[in-house]
Amino acid sequence: MFKTIAFLLATAAPHFGAPADPALVKAWDRSIPPDGAGLPAGKGSVSEGLAIYTEKCVMCHGVNGVGKPSDQLTGGVGSLASANPVKTVSSFWPYATTLFDYIRRAMPITSPHSLSDHEAYALTAYVLSIDGIVKKDAVLDAKSLPKVMMPNRDGFIDAYGATKR
Amino acid sequence: MTNKIAPSRRKFLTTALAGAAAATAVPLSVKADEYITPSMTTPGKAFTPYGMPSGHEEVKRLLRPPGISPGSGGSQSPIESLEGMITPSGLHFERHHNGIPDLDPKTHKFLLHGLVNKPLEFSIATLDRYPRVSRMHFVECGGNSGANAGSPTPPPLSAGGIHGLVSCSEWTGVKLGMLLDEAGVKPEGKWILAESADAAGMSRSVPLQEAHEQGILALFQNGERLRPEQGYPLRLLMPGWEGNLNVKWLHRIKVTAGPTMAKDETSKYSQSLKNGKANQFNFIQPVKSVITRPSGTMTMNGPGYYEISGITWSGHGKIAKVEISMDGGSSWTEAEMPGPVFPQCLARFRLPWEWDGKPVVMQSRATDEKGHVQPTRAAWKDAVSSVQFYQYNAIQAWQIGADNTVKNIYV
Repeated sequence: MFKTIAFLLATAAPHFGAPADPALVKAWDRSIPPDGAGLPAGKGSVSEGLAIYTEKCVMCHGVNGVGKPSDQLTGGVGSLASANPVKTVSSFWPYATTLFDYIRRAMPITSPHSLSDHEAYALTAYVLSIDGIVKKDAVLDAKSLPKVMMPNRDGFIDAYGATKR
Repeated sequence: MTNKIAPSRRKFLTTALAGAAAATAVPLSVKADEYITPSMTTPGKAFTPYGMPSGHEEVKRLLRPPGISPGSGGSQSPIESLEGMITPSGLHFERHHNGIPDLDPKTHKFLLHGLVNKPLEFSIATLDRYPRVSRMHFVECGGNSGANAGSPTPPPLSAGGIHGLVSCSEWTGVKLGMLLDEAGVKPEGKWILAESADAAGMSRSVPLQEAHEQGILALFQNGERLRPEQGYPLRLLMPGWEGNLNVKWLHRIKVTAGPTMAKDETSKYSQSLKNGKANQFNFIQPVKSVITRPSGTMTMNGPGYYEISGITWSGHGKIAKVEISMDGGSSWTEAEMPGPVFPQCLARFRLPWEWDGKPVVMQSRATDEKGHVQPTRAAWKDAVSSVQFYQYNAIQAWQIGADNTVKNIYV
């Protein structure tokens, strides 16, 4: 027993991690929180977004984002407390930054990471314009995107209480 | 005996043995070669580097229809065909958001950065140098059992078809807290974002305190390296927490001030309520139990002896008890849990039963050590929106018919 304790005392906590390569951090650190920290340069308009959507998105998400075969993106605003809630990006998602983040990291599903930052801004603007969350002439960028007020921004309850620590 | 649980297991066992002894007399007139089988007269097959199930076995995962990409969707563990508490690695349920990546452990990197003093990167070889912990834990998809929540009529499915998005393994890896300490979390760091190297960029936020205390960077599953479907070569394990945040193919953890609000923690995996609001961060999987034998789509062998058996688990800790009702919920009898019973782990319950052949509704109800009890379906449905199906944990009922059928029903 004493020998074990002496052995443990002589053993430092392992420190095998290497300093992170700043280029790796820059390449991978693409997650965007609600305050927009880390949003890239560039911008995109609703009309540019419609053109990209027609080329790369409409086959899965339908004209005007009505869905089928993939998720319905639009409609259902104001329906959540009704007998037939329709959960879409427009009606349910609390933050516009989540839409940009997800488009940029995961869409189109057949070729993720193929969209430029410019295209991701434009697609975000277009999808949000369909239900009038942004205006038809909107241009989204690092400054304007986090300011978009989603209809269901206040619709979530922190059931775990972890945000209040 | 009518539909009663055997009052004395010892007595029952004694009676059964006496019957078996009486039936063992072998007629002497049978020719010897009927009993000397080829397996006894011919040398068997040679050794293999990696063993597979017997060719006579046809136990398979239940594949759900794929989404737009072939690896987008899920498969369910055939829990009705499995025994004990450990899920064979090849039968562990799957839920992938854009397929299974093929990651080379020689080049895979794990990045730990954000609100830390020293951003660090690790190879798998480096992670292999750290001390390891081994724990048996279930992983359950937040959408498990959702078929019974959403469908207005009981879907005519098997136990695995309804509840097969749960599996249990021995996981071995490095405590996340050790690496967080090495990087040095800054005082403003309160959350982490765990991110996958897959083509969905799967990412989830976890509170730092629990990630530090409970998180394991798993490298091994049931003694061998993780299966590709389970995140090879590295996954986050948060014991008892919603499957989705046990991020597979883990390549990055960022320490953050708040939750990142990634797609799967806002648009999915939240709990919609009747008033239109939604509970978010429902991290812990609720208490649940399922009788797997007998269960839906099985055929009974007529009246007589059965062992009722099933699995039970809770994200909150250990299971305290499982009760069985054979009369539609009027009376309940506690099942045996021969053990082991670990926290955040599947446990096996058993109860001998003599069936009189009459129609019966069979249910199991689990209670965990924190006092959480499975609700009825009506109570569960009453508390949430009509479209809610995540974290459905209501009591499962199986209807056994006089025609020997076993069906999923709502009571």
